[in-house]
Amino acid sequence: MSVTLLAVQTLNGLQLGILLFLIAAGLTLVFGVMDFINLAHGVQYMLGAYLAVACYQLTGSFWLAVTLALIAALICGLLLEFLVFRHLYNRDHLDQVLATFGVILFLNEAVKVLWGAAPLSLPVPELLDGSIQLMANFAYPVFRIALIVTGLAVAVLLYVLVTKTRIGMLVRAGATNPEMVAALGINIRRLFMLVFGFGAMLAGFAGIMAAPILSVEPGMGDNLLILAFVVIVIGGIGSIRGAFLAALIIGLVDTLGRSFATDIARVLLPPAAANDVGPAIASMLIYILMAGVLFFRPSGLFPVRSA
Amino acid sequence: MKRILSALTLGAGLGAAVLTGTVAPAAAEGLKVGFLATLSGPPAVLGQHMRDGFLLGVKQANGRLGGIETEVIVVDDELKPDGAITKVQGLLERDKVDIMAGVVFSNVMMAVYKPIIQSETIFIGANAGPSPIAGRGCSPYFFSTSYQNDQNHEVMGRYASQKGYGKVVVMAPNYQAGKDAVAGFKRHYSGTVVQEIYTKLGQLDFSAELARIADEQPDALFTFMPGGMGVNLVKQYSQAGLKDLIPFLSTFTVDETTLPATKDMAVGLYSGAEWASDIDNEANARFVRAFEAEYGYPPSLYAAQGYDAARLIDGAVSMAGGVQDKKSLLSALAAAPFESVRGDFRFNNNQFPIQDFYLVEAVKRAEGKYVTQLVEKVFDDVGDAYAGSCRMK
Repeated sequence: MSVTLLAVQTLNGLQLGILLFLIAAGLTLVFGVMDFINLAHGVQYMLGAYLAVACYQLTGSFWLAVTLALIAALICGLLLEFLVFRHLYNRDHLDQVLATFGVILFLNEAVKVLWGAAPLSLPVPELLDGSIQLMANFAYPVFRIALIVTGLAVAVLLYVLVTKTRIGMLVRAGATNPEMVAALGINIRRLFMLVFGFGAMLAGFAGIMAAPILSVEPGMGDNLLILAFVVIVIGGIGSIRGAFLAALIIGLVDTLGRSFATDIARVLLPPAAANDVGPAIASMLIYILMAGVLFFRPSGLFPVRSA
Repeated sequence: MKRILSALTLGAGLGAAVLTGTVAPAAAEGLKVGFLATLSGPPAVLGQHMRDGFLLGVKQANGRLGGIETEVIVVDDELKPDGAITKVQGLLERDKVDIMAGVVFSNVMMAVYKPIIQSETIFIGANAGPSPIAGRGCSPYFFSTSYQNDQNHEVMGRYASQKGYGKVVVMAPNYQAGKDAVAGFKRHYSGTVVQEIYTKLGQLDFSAELARIADEQPDALFTFMPGGMGVNLVKQYSQAGLKDLIPFLSTFTVDETTLPATKDMAVGLYSGAEWASDIDNEANARFVRAFEAEYGYPPSLYAAQGYDAARLIDGAVSMAGGVQDKKSLLSALAAAPFESVRGDFRFNNNQFPIQDFYLVEAVKRAEGKYVTQLVEKVFDDVGDAYAGSCRMK
């Protein structure tokens, strides 16, 4: 366990955190602003990845594929909003959970019918294909660094959008008191549709950015959805800032736990037991963290000050 | 007797229940095969390969295995053991299948094995080979056209020893099959396992583990990462530049089910297997050619096992002259009267194959498709470690 290894693992943790943030940002926006539980956020992430692969197969260019897939993800999101989600805003959370769970099953199956059950992949663009030598015989792919930079850019963009622009002000106002905003002559339905479309696009974007490093397969969003919920619950539902920090914390805790839990367990236990206990603790760590946060701060680290 | 009673309570006709409980179904009805495979969820691609291989075997016999009109009833187990039992009971009692075949995953196998064997139905396993049914729980009604689960891992352990790799890191998902893989590897490995890394089942990002491996600088990595996990691992291994530095010895990670996703990133990575697309015999050449023509993708070892299952039934039924006389059909099956696509093939006392195992490597063929090809033979005509505790013969 060297200092370089610790540094590399910290970088890995940050990168996982950024990926989680990209997914959680859209989720927290929709959940916080519209009070709508969208379990289908994970399949929208999957859809983004599949659309990117499909566009890449059509065009042969990564950048063109990203652009087209983003537009397609937005269209899919709006279509889902129009067909399904719009009718659920005034229902209670259980209805929303059931309906969006149905969307998960439907889209996972639809993707399999269209693209087959075998995992697909999206090649890393040539521009970002290199790697940087971080420690003896371990190279850090440039694409992962690009992922970190993109994630930070999205965070800044969202911050500016929500706090500094007129549309952001309307979104915040709509979250606090939709009736009053509607009474002031703002089309609240259209505003919500905009937020939802934007959230879907963020999920799709996360999928596109993940496609070159992870396998593109049916159900790929289901595991990440749970992590994304952990992130927004720890961060405080509806808070972009909270989602950002919570995602980084989760990324770091998970990665460092996975790297060092077994080594630490080995200090205290015989090797065979350490091999059992270490990985078990590592996979529980983030949920223990969530329980702790919820115990001391039931509405998350950065609760949104609203009704 | 128990079976007759349960058939009664299920509302089956009294006469029919007694009949199936005691003697084989009437002649001239043809041959009914129930084929159980996982065809939904992320691992569906494995079931798809196995089913396509089996159906190709049936098609090549003109739909008549052993000269008898054959009906194959394909059922999806959805990777749910309890649901699989219900579906198998339906196949046994409602459809009255003569032979059961298939099964991708060991947990499903453990669930359906007992009911099938107790109904004295012939059962051809085409993939899963958990140790209990190869050892103490072996049955005269069960035949495997695949392997016992530990064997491919043993191949890699033996190979690592032969190569003189003194320091190896092993990595597997943290569940029973992962632990079994590591145990299988160690059985024939004489060097030191410097680190055992157990990852969460379904883990997507391996950067933390890869950094640990790079830090350890072992002579080789042994890993068992089935399905999407393996795709992620292979991609990230190659992107981290480890592919050319640390030999990648794997099982069920690099094969034709994952190669379409990993492509060039997997080229040059090793796997242990009992079959590869270029095993040099006539049956295999014919199989690979026909499979690709029929389905448009290269077959994997799962497809080869499914195909061999159909060919085994074909050969045995025609040798026994039908399915009426179960005793002679069982002894015909035990003789393995067919040309296996892997060449040498005969049954051990536990009715698992005695066969060769190879080190195989992922390659890109001239026309752009990715397949596994032979590198060297690691075991010659070998049975599994559990055959000794099987009390047959």
